[in-house]
Amino acid sequence: MRPVFRKLSVLLIVAMILVLSGCSDQYLVLDPKGPIASAQKDLILISSLICLIIAVPVIAMTAVIVWRYRERPNSKAKYKPYWEHSTKLEAIWWGIPIVAIAILAVITVDYTHKLEPSVAIESEQKPIEIQVTSLDWKWLFTYPDEEIATINYVKFPVDTPVVFKLTSDMAMNSFWIPSLGGQLYAMSGMAMTLNLLADEEGVYYGSGANFTGKDFAQMTFNADVTTKEEYDRWVQEVKTTEVALTDAGVDELKEPGTAEVAQFSSFPENLFYNIMTQYVEEGETGAHAHHMTSEASKPDDQAVDEDSSEHHNH
Amino acid sequence: MLETIKEFASEFFVTGDPLILGAQVSIGLAMVAIVFILTFFKKWRWLWTEWLTTVDHKKIGIMYIICAILMLFRGGVDALLMRVQLAAPELEFLNAEHYNAIFTTHGVIMILFMAMPLMFGLFNIIVPLQLGARDVAFPFLNSFSFWMFFAGAMLFNVSFVIGGSPDAGWLSYPPLSEISGSPGVGQDFYIWGIQISGMGSLATGINFVVTILKMRAPGMKLMKMPMFSWSTLASSITIMFAFPILTVTLFLLFLDRYLGAHFFTVDGGGNPMMYLNLIWMWGHPEVYIVVLPAFGIFSEVVAAFSKKRIFGYKSMVFALMSISFFSFFTWAHHFFTMGSGANVNAFFAVTTMIIAIPTGVKVFNWLFTMYRGKLSFPTPMMWTVAFIPCFVIGGMTGVLLSVAPADFQFHNSYFLIAHFHQVLIGGVVFGYFAGLYYWWPKMFGFKLHEGLGKWAFWLWNIGFYVCFMPQYALGLMGMTRRFNEYNFDMGWQPLNVVSTVGGFIMGLAFLFQVWQIAHSIRFLKKDTSGDNWGQGRTLEWSIPSPAPFYNFARIPHVVDQDDWWEKKERHARGEADPAEVIAADTAPLEPIHMPKNSGIPIIMSGFWFVAGFGFVWDWKWMIILGLVGVVVTMLARSFNYDDDYYVSVEEIERIEAAALKGAK
Ligand code: HEM
Ligand SMILES: [Cu+2]
Ligand SMILES: [Cu+2]
Repeated sequence: MRPVFRKLSVLLIVAMILVLSGCSDQYLVLDPKGPIASAQKDLILISSLICLIIAVPVIAMTAVIVWRYRERPNSKAKYKPYWEHSTKLEAIWWGIPIVAIAILAVITVDYTHKLEPSVAIESEQKPIEIQVTSLDWKWLFTYPDEEIATINYVKFPVDTPVVFKLTSDMAMNSFWIPSLGGQLYAMSGMAMTLNLLADEEGVYYGSGANFTGKDFAQMTFNADVTTKEEYDRWVQEVKTTEVALTDAGVDELKEPGTAEVAQFSSFPENLFYNIMTQYVEEGETGAHAHHMTSEASKPDDQAVDEDSSEHHNH
Repeated sequence: MLETIKEFASEFFVTGDPLILGAQVSIGLAMVAIVFILTFFKKWRWLWTEWLTTVDHKKIGIMYIICAILMLFRGGVDALLMRVQLAAPELEFLNAEHYNAIFTTHGVIMILFMAMPLMFGLFNIIVPLQLGARDVAFPFLNSFSFWMFFAGAMLFNVSFVIGGSPDAGWLSYPPLSEISGSPGVGQDFYIWGIQISGMGSLATGINFVVTILKMRAPGMKLMKMPMFSWSTLASSITIMFAFPILTVTLFLLFLDRYLGAHFFTVDGGGNPMMYLNLIWMWGHPEVYIVVLPAFGIFSEVVAAFSKKRIFGYKSMVFALMSISFFSFFTWAHHFFTMGSGANVNAFFAVTTMIIAIPTGVKVFNWLFTMYRGKLSFPTPMMWTVAFIPCFVIGGMTGVLLSVAPADFQFHNSYFLIAHFHQVLIGGVVFGYFAGLYYWWPKMFGFKLHEGLGKWAFWLWNIGFYVCFMPQYALGLMGMTRRFNEYNFDMGWQPLNVVSTVGGFIMGLAFLFQVWQIAHSIRFLKKDTSGDNWGQGRTLEWSIPSPAPFYNFARIPHVVDQDDWWEKKERHARGEADPAEVIAADTAPLEPIHMPKNSGIPIIMSGFWFVAGFGFVWDWKWMIILGLVGVVVTMLARSFNYDDDYYVSVEEIERIEAAALKGAK
């Protein structure tokens, strides 16, 4: 009989090396550029380690048992056809996974609270808000404070907490910049909050992670993280040199189709808010509308208030 | 007039794509060929009386398996087309629309029309035999279930050439799957194809729960029941609780699309997130529904080819049942990133991890079944052994995904794709292959060619790791699932090429299996003795292969777990059987009460197909025709009292004598 396991475990080790050699910068998730992503990376490594402590011996044991107890003439291995129970052994292998899972569960619960995406990141810098709208099939970014807008491109300063407010015009999407932290869904009729921070300058890859239809694969964008000065200069430049995003322009963007990178010196007032609430008719409180309290229904750009529009607690 | 017809045809049939045209032509040719062969060899009558109207659980099982293998082919071709596109996106082999349709149909077909029927096939063929029963509890319902599955599967597959395939993903989240996001009929084919086959699945679940609880041979206490039957019970109970949720969910989606209700659309006050909750309340248990029977198969095979009792029987049973229970409390791990808040996410993360415990225990029990055994490695055992490391890795990456904050980085990425294929292929497909190889001689009276089987085995395994290991890495590199193209700068292409090569190795492995079956049929060595592996432990091995249509001439009396093996041991030691066994073995033959064949299940399911097709196109007359047909056939059934008969003692004697002779 051929040793099935030796081959499989060689393959396995090769695969592991492949993955773990991923300190190269192509492994975005393992090469974090901000506190959220790096906490997530730690968590990934800790949990992998706990799992490997169990998985590796099990696979090794499989190989040994299969080899040793294979049927062959004058085998020295014991044969006990009725040996079917051992309280000690069973207690051990109910025990080991229970302990391992308990440890992992404690760590997970702890990190789940720490890394809850709607929790603001502590920093001396004043956070900036960026509103993100998933359109078919492009990303619209609006900056309520700077009053500029961009398509398929987002820029923000380094070491500054960014509060992303996410919504979608139609299909549900998921906003993901792997180098900075995990994704969060962007859904129509609500605003979700994703707090991220970049602690290194650079251009980071971002994408829509949840399928939204035909040209969903075109919904990738670059997140350009620069110094505060460079960012301010850029805002001024956009304000002075670019055209405004008009209502007609918005209607065009809402049409299904892809778009090139673009920047706008201004955008229609309450754009994000209007897209978010477009389906909720006056006076109506649908199941989804309960995310917005009366406060948020005041048409005010900043009114997309955290507690009111958020998704937690329901 | 001509214009309207042309216009209609271009909307009705999918046109304009060479790949689809090729498929249409070959489907047409295949149908003509089948009709021709059946007519030429005057086989229509035979087909109708022996197969299409049968209520024999073994034949129904075989029909399930044939369909499942055809669907594995279809789903596999889909997979390879996608892999070609991903290896070289710059070639634009598949455009976005085509790619989206293909990953959707691939997912649906593999889970619902490949894994499910393969599982039902094995349930049907083996469970009554293991229980020492003559049939399932409701043979007529069983045939109806099969034909409903078949009608649903056909309705779903027809969308490929008529109207256009669904393309909103295999669980089709709203609002994308609503009229606003998917105006075509593809989504309606999806709803009705799954809905109709779902009714059949639910009925099968109920049927097997009742069969197992009520039809066991005398003496077979629940705690002496073979592991595969236990896993069938666990899986069937899960079906009973999960499938109604699916039916309701899809029905609400149908109301949204058809009547403009707003259950899942924000306009009108609906809530798309509700759909996610509902569909995963079915979807998560569904993956356990298909994997639990695989666990049962491994338990049978490992015991047989270790020549040893299964280790920790009680633990195994407890683990099966607790997995099926906990599977209902983990659904939200599929959308940790929906913003439900830290407490909800923490809760579902922990429930998910809890499932890893009983699953881990099962692995240990299999290992210690082999420990101090005497292992031989025919193909079923090879699949079982290969499954263990594969499933350990798949389970481990599953635990990683359940760490909620880490899942924010894994979700919707290729890491996830690699994980679920590892458990679905390494667990479900490898498991059912083990079962098919193991019980094949029981079904047909001959073994499959072992040499070709080993080729297939190695190719499948190598192909699997080459295909899916790189995908874990791709996930960590940020590659998102359901992308039909990506930017070359990301450095994803080399690993995608490797992965595609792996996919084709698995395709080759499948061809080896086809060859293996063809070769074995042609050069079959009949072995009708019954205990074909010489290592059988449970009742199915105590009767001839293939089993006579009434299964057991005399209903056996069970005294032990692994009853057949104990009996062989007693005889080898020269001991006598216990009195009740002797009494059961020597009782005079009695006429056997059997259900009659019936054409009603196939006809009724045909009408369901018609009604479903009518709903898809919103043709009222067709809906009415179909539903009226359903009601009429139902009435016909309830007024038919002539649905059973007796097999005479002479007939039984003749069949048993012939089987005995064949065995020599
Ligand atoms: C035999 C080799 C197989 C290959 C090469 C393969 C390949 C693929 C590929 C390329 C995708 C699309 C990934 C994406 O772009 O999102 C996919 C998705 C999927 N596959 Fe497979 N697959 C295989 C077998 C299976 C089996 C056996 C099952 C289930 C029993 C399965 C279930 C699924 C599901 C549920 C999806 C998700 C579809 C969706 O995104 O809506 N696959 N597979
Ligand atoms: Cu909500
Ligand atoms: Cu799940």
